[in-house]
Amino acid sequence: MELTAYQQELLDGVWGKGKSMAMQILVGIGKCFDAPRLVPITRAHVSLSAQEADLWFSGKLLAAGASCAVPPTVNPGYSLDYFGGQISEAAVENMRQVDQTYRQLGARMTYSCTPYLGDNVPDCGEIVAFSETNATIFVNSVLGARTNRESAASALCAAVTGFTPEYGMLLEENRFATVAVEVQATLRSDFDYAVLGLMGKKIGKGVPAFLGLPREISTEALIALGTQLNVSGSFDLFHIPGVTAEVRDMQDAFGGRDPQRRVVITDEDLEKALETFSPSPSGPIEYCILGCPHYTLSQLEEVAELLAQKASQVPIYILTSSTVKARARECGLEQRLLDLGAQLIPDTCVDEACCWGYLAGRPGVTDSPKGAYYMETSGIQLAVRDRATCIRWAQNGSVC
Amino acid sequence: MNETFSCREISRGIVEGEVLLSQDQILFYHADPATGVITERGHCLEGISVKGKILVFPGGKGSSVVQMDGMYKLEQHGTAPLGLIVREPDTVLVSSAIIMELPMVDRVEESFYDTIQNGDRIRIDTEHQVIQLLERRRDL
Repeated sequence: MELTAYQQELLDGVWGKGKSMAMQILVGIGKCFDAPRLVPITRAHVSLSAQEADLWFSGKLLAAGASCAVPPTVNPGYSLDYFGGQISEAAVENMRQVDQTYRQLGARMTYSCTPYLGDNVPDCGEIVAFSETNATIFVNSVLGARTNRESAASALCAAVTGFTPEYGMLLEENRFATVAVEVQATLRSDFDYAVLGLMGKKIGKGVPAFLGLPREISTEALIALGTQLNVSGSFDLFHIPGVTAEVRDMQDAFGGRDPQRRVVITDEDLEKALETFSPSPSGPIEYCILGCPHYTLSQLEEVAELLAQKASQVPIYILTSSTVKARARECGLEQRLLDLGAQLIPDTCVDEACCWGYLAGRPGVTDSPKGAYYMETSGIQLAVRDRATCIRWAQNGSVC
Repeated sequence: MNETFSCREISRGIVEGEVLLSQDQILFYHADPATGVITERGHCLEGISVKGKILVFPGGKGSSVVQMDGMYKLEQHGTAPLGLIVREPDTVLVSSAIIMELPMVDRVEESFYDTIQNGDRIRIDTEHQVIQLLERRRDL
């Protein structure tokens, strides 16, 4: 790989051991993917997780004197304001240390998994390093920025050095669609797009272009589609001609080439996908958990609307960013939700065993297949249904 | 027996150990750190330990975080695999292996895959970019 004089200095440790460590990792990745060079990034998002390896690696960089050349935004860990009283001393201390470490590295402590909605929004064509699969695919697809599916660690190394290896999604030729996905199913809510995202196996490897979808698709639906594509498979990028940033039509999407594969998705496919992922449950529901990825203000409004007739009988936990929570507070929405049985939890991810472990073995419901998939690792079994059904079951305290 | 196969270094190291083959992609988060046993339901290695093995597998999977956390926990408990031989590396797997200093290679010549069986003893040498077949599994 060809390095500039400055990049070589970074690698050689002229600018400190921390930068050199980060550079070694990036060069290793670049070699693996035959990147000819490292290119500058303008933004980064690091999927901080507050898990053991996260603190170990960020701490190792910090101890070696690293600081961020490009201050990244970060993913949620867990809110000490909310969970502080109910988790172990060790868990409190862990989150404090993670916060301190990233702060000292120079990160922007946004604690949100949807940075592209306001905290960190790349333009079309901008080269960035975003980890967090839902964020990677959103900025690539919907915004037309260029990032590989970075790991938390590789995104942090890019933030520390200001560079990323040039391969994969950074190259024009890899950004054309390869799979034509003709959607014959009718999609009504953002949840229907989440279920479409569960069709990753049927879609197969490559860059899908979804055809036959409406021209008006909500941001929330686009978030749901990209998020769940990375539960059912591994996808960097999708296109929807006329909707997503880079493609106006089929010609743009496929670059004039024929699709390698054509896939048809019907209503029946979607019904089956959901039933397979989450078979119809019965019996009581003890809680409802929403906000994976973090809920937007309009999703909060929809929940309030659905609860307006009847408050929930069981706790509804809604994960969102501090920014959205503050806005909901200002306009009275947070209080309204609280009165109806729904709490807003900021800065927190579903995949934090120390916070949610107490829900293990208790029946709950969510509208996020991703949330259910990762909470299962902590022994938490969640049914997955659309938002309206989640709220109806919560109002009833049981499946109905 | 001393067949050798060419390969390419991704994460450096020289290791010797027993082969464990997996047809399925691997997420190390779905392994029990105490034992190294794969816990993912329906995985072809479910119930089998990766501890001290050289894993031959198609690739990694999972979110941008948990692969490295899984590897780290196995490493901490001394239950990590010794080395990795992968067909299709992805950024998350590659960065995790480099950071955890777990030797990994790819681009192994195709005859390796025709020859190799569970339990064979092999040696990965990333410096010379070769894999040596040291000994066939005994009970065959």
